Parts: sequence; structure tokens; C-alpha cells
Amino acid sequence: MAARERPHTDEAIVPNEAERHAARRRAEKLQIVAFFGIMALVPFGIGNDYYLHILIYIGLHLILATGLNLLMGYAGQVSLGHAAFYGIGAYASGILTATYGWNPWLAMLAALLLTCVVAWLVGKPTLRLRGHYLAMATLGVGIIVAVVIRQWTDLTGGSAGLTGIPSMTFFGHELTSDQDLQYYYFVWAWAAALTVLFANLVASRPGRALRALHDSELAAQVLGVDTAGFKVRAFVISAAYASIAGTLYAHSSMRFLSPTPFGFHTSIALLVMVVLGGQGTLWGPVLGAFTITLIEETLRPYADYDIIVYGLLLMVLMIVMPGGVSRALGSLIDLVRGWVPALRGGDEP
Amino acid sequence: MDITAVQVWQFILSGLTTGSIYALIALGFSLVYNATGVINFAQGEFVMLGGMITAASMEAWELPLWAAALVAIVLTTLIGLILDRAAIRPARHASVVVLIIITVGASIFIRGVAGIIWGPDERPLTAFSGEAPITIWGGTITPQSLWVIGTTLVVAIAMWLIFEYTVAGKAMRACAINAHAAQLCGIELSRMISWSFGLAAGVGAIAGIVLAPITMTQYNIGTMLGLKGFCAAILGGLGNGLGGIAGGLLLGVLEALGAGLISSQYKDAIAFVVLIVVLLIKPSGLLGGEEAEG
Repeated sequence: MAARERPHTDEAIVPNEAERHAARRRAEKLQIVAFFGIMALVPFGIGNDYYLHILIYIGLHLILATGLNLLMGYAGQVSLGHAAFYGIGAYASGILTATYGWNPWLAMLAALLLTCVVAWLVGKPTLRLRGHYLAMATLGVGIIVAVVIRQWTDLTGGSAGLTGIPSMTFFGHELTSDQDLQYYYFVWAWAAALTVLFANLVASRPGRALRALHDSELAAQVLGVDTAGFKVRAFVISAAYASIAGTLYAHSSMRFLSPTPFGFHTSIALLVMVVLGGQGTLWGPVLGAFTITLIEETLRPYADYDIIVYGLLLMVLMIVMPGGVSRALGSLIDLVRGWVPALRGGDEP
Repeated sequence: MDITAVQVWQFILSGLTTGSIYALIALGFSLVYNATGVINFAQGEFVMLGGMITAASMEAWELPLWAAALVAIVLTTLIGLILDRAAIRPARHASVVVLIIITVGASIFIRGVAGIIWGPDERPLTAFSGEAPITIWGGTITPQSLWVIGTTLVVAIAMWLIFEYTVAGKAMRACAINAHAAQLCGIELSRMISWSFGLAAGVGAIAGIVLAPITMTQYNIGTMLGLKGFCAAILGGLGNGLGGIAGGLLLGVLEALGAGLISSQYKDAIAFVVLIVVLLIKPSGLLGGEEAEG
């Protein structure tokens, strides 16, 4: 608000914008350090392996949702098949390590490359078009990958599953299955690194171009932004996030892959994480990953009734908070500000 | 493997049968999409409900087929209307993603309730007029397949008559072309949307009823059928009723040929491969206009 009252010269506005930008970046850095610092301490507060497992899943979902957020919240596009990239990451690493004896890190890299190529092949032609063609194409890719995982039994093990996946290694140290705590730190270190990368990407020049694109594609084009190119890059990066999460899943304590987690419903669950938390924000998808994972885990024991409650929750949450929790909180704050004149500070001259 | 012309003809015949079902589902997608711009991922559940309610009410109340079918169509239509009122209308102005999540949520919910009420077992439904196969040019077809294809034809013609000749149908078309202008002409948009949902649900139920004797029916058949019907709708150009029917038939035939000639294991993937190829070559659908190119 203050910026608007200053004289409209470049000298006055630009430094001010830059200052605010820098301040926001500093605040974000602090938040990231604080959040992942707390997550590093959490295992000391829980003595239960089951909770540790759930926290590992939350970390994986956080990576998935943050990647998808780059596509949805910044490039303004929807993927209805992100579980496919998760699945490619998991199965490519799983197969290369279990069947062909590759080093897990090399397999992770190969899986990452494969995912990026698939994403690029899908994104390049469909993102040229206006409208939600990427959503439809990714829906198709999601189901094709799910069918291939289920049917190419020689390679994937099919419904019976893929077994014999070795442990992840870290500088020669094996993160073995009876060491969940180590794997917890491994996954959350990835989550922290990828969150920092996300924050940097979004604040960078391409990130700002993406945001402009999300607000108005035409305006961004007029300003010389290669909108289609940025959208494709955002899509490929978001698929890469999913692939990394997939590899981390494959080497987690079960060392077993089955087709179930990589279907249409995971793709939808990821959408919900991003939208529910608030797309286009740093912490929205994190909140979404926690909420949806915890809801799923809480409902798990109530077989048969779980999907009724889950379906109902999806509908109710989206109807009540179509803009996500962060937007809902924002409007709640606005509402309170409207009632309490003393809090209206910013608007007064 | 030798493939004879008769075998190919046989694949085409069975493809036309499943294709008819996809066509009816695509029609449902287009009806709702035209009225609201919403892609209703619960459309497949209407198909499941049609078959399940018919089978269950024949079993429980010993109703004759026609009465059970009527019960199924009426109840499913009601469920479609409730879905619009309870879940779509409150979120009318939300973004596409939010509406997608809501309809997926509705589909999960409906499937869950169906699973609780009817259990996980497959239910058979007797064929409407016997099982004696009919031979057409060397290929055989069951009487039930003729029921499916015939029903699709009748529904397609009925839809055409409704949209071409009745005031309500014309009003619905007007809303699809320009909702704002239609409202200025005194057309009540929300009522038209209700009718679209009701019609889409009813058409879905009909598809489920004629399909049930061929594949059996189960509480969880809706998702895949719905997604393939969605492929058919895109293939024909989303929102284009006639295109959807053509898309459904084409998809059914391609799927049957692919399953028969290439691999039956990957049958479920074929529709989606076709979808992606169409999106890459002609994204507005085979019968759609050119407006998709950006």
C-alpha cells in the first residue's frame, strides 16, 4: 500500500519493490529453516515406528505436492496424472536396482531422465494450446502408465509386486530397513532441499515470468515472456519432483512396489493437497500433504467406510474452501479486520 | 497368428457394442459440459447405478425387468439432480480444478455407498431377449448387443429431437452457446443446469442397464467406464453430442481391434493412447472446430 502513495517515478518504486521482495525472501528463508528444524526434532518426540512411517510418507507427499504446485500455482496448468511420474520414478529405480543391480543413485538419475523425457513429450505439444489440454493428456498418461505397470509383469512384477529392491546408500553407508530413523532424515533432507529449490525457482526471473503468466497469459506474452516454453519447463520440473519422490518411495523400508499407489486416485489426492493447502504459496502444499496423508491414515482402519468419508470430505472441503486453507484464512482475517477498525492499519492514510 | 477378415469383422461387431456404451457416456459428459463447463467425473457412477439398481430391485422386490429399469432410471436421475444441487451449485464459480475434485469426490462417495449397500459381488442380469447368437455376414452378435446398439440409436435420436424441436431443448442449447444472453432472454440458467444433470444421469443409467447382461455389474465398474467415455467425448470434441457418439463408436472399435490384433492385456490403455494421439494431432476433437489452436 505504501508504495502507491510515493511519487510515481522509477527511482521511488523499484528500490521499494526490491526491498519488499528481499524482505519476503528473508522471511521465507527463516520459515524454511524453522520448519525443517522442527521436523528434524520431531522423531525425538515420538517413540513409535508407525508414526515415523507416516512422517516419511508425508515427506514424500510434500515433495510431490510442492512439484505439482509449481505447475498449478505458477504455470496455471493442471496435471491429472502426476501419479504416473511418481510411478515411473519408483519403478524405473526399482527395476534398475533389483533386476539389473544398478547403484541406487545411478538408477535415481536414470529414472529422473526417463520421467523428464516423458513429461517433455507430453507437455511440449499440449502446452502450446490454450485451455486444459495438458490435463486431458496427463489423465491419459496416468492411466497408460498404471496399466503398463499392472500388465508388463515380466518387468514390473504386475499386481504381485516388485520385490528385492536394495537399500539406498549414502556415502557408502546403507540405509537399511531396520533403520527407519535414518531413512526419515534422508527423505526429509530431500524434502528440505527441494523446498529450498522451489523457493529459489519461484523467486528467480523464470519464476516471476511464470507468476505473470498465471495472472494473465496475454500480458505475459506482450512483455516478451515465452509462455509456452516456461509452461513446459515448469511441467518437466514438477514431473522431476514426482520422480524423485518415487525413487525415495521405492527404497523406503518396505523395498516393495505394487501398482496401487500409482493410480488415478493418487493423482487426485495430489491435486487436493495442492488446492486444499492453497496453490501458488510456499506452505499451502505442505499443509495439504500433512492434512491429506493424515486423513488417509486415520480412515485406513475403517475398511469400506473409508472411501465414503474420503469422498464426502473432498466435496465438503472444496465447496467450503475453494481457494484453499490459506485463502480461507486470509478472508477470515479480512473479515475480522472489517469488524475491528483498529486492525485496518494499512488502509488508513 | 493368422487374422481372417471374418475375425476382424467379429472384432468390429463387438467393438460397436462397447462403443455404444462409450457413446452414451460421452453424451452424458457433453450434456453437463455444455450446460456448466464442468467435466463430471461422476458420470461413470451413473452407469454403475443403472445396472446395480436394476439388478438389485429385480432381486429384492421381484420386479419385472421393465419396472426395475424404470426404477433405476428414475432413481439415478434423482441422484444426478441431487449431485447438482448439493455439490456443483454451491461451487458454481470455483475454478476448474476445484470442480474436478468435487466431481471425483462425488464419484468416490457414490461408489463407496454402493459398495456398502450391495457388497463387492458381481451381479448378473439376464439378457433381455435370450442368448441365441445372430449371424451377420459371418460374424456373430448376441441379441443383447443389438439391444445396446439399438438403445444408443434411440437415445441419440431422442436427444436430437429434444434439442432440435422442444422449447426446453432449445433453451438448453442457448445456455450452452451464451449463458448470459440466454438469461437475458428469460431462460432460467440454474433450471437448465439441473435438467442437464438429470438427463446425463438418466442416459448414464440407461447405458448401465443395457450393458449389465453383457459384462455383469459391480459397484466399482464406474470409474474406468467413465474415463473411457470421457476419452470418447474428447475424441468427438467435448460438448459435441454427435461427435461424442461417433467418438464412442470409433473408440469401441479401435479398442476391440487393438485387443484382438495386438494385445488384450493392454486393452484398457488403448482408449487413452487414442486420446493422446488425438490431442497431439487435432486437439479440438475429430468433429470439433479449430478454436483449440492457440
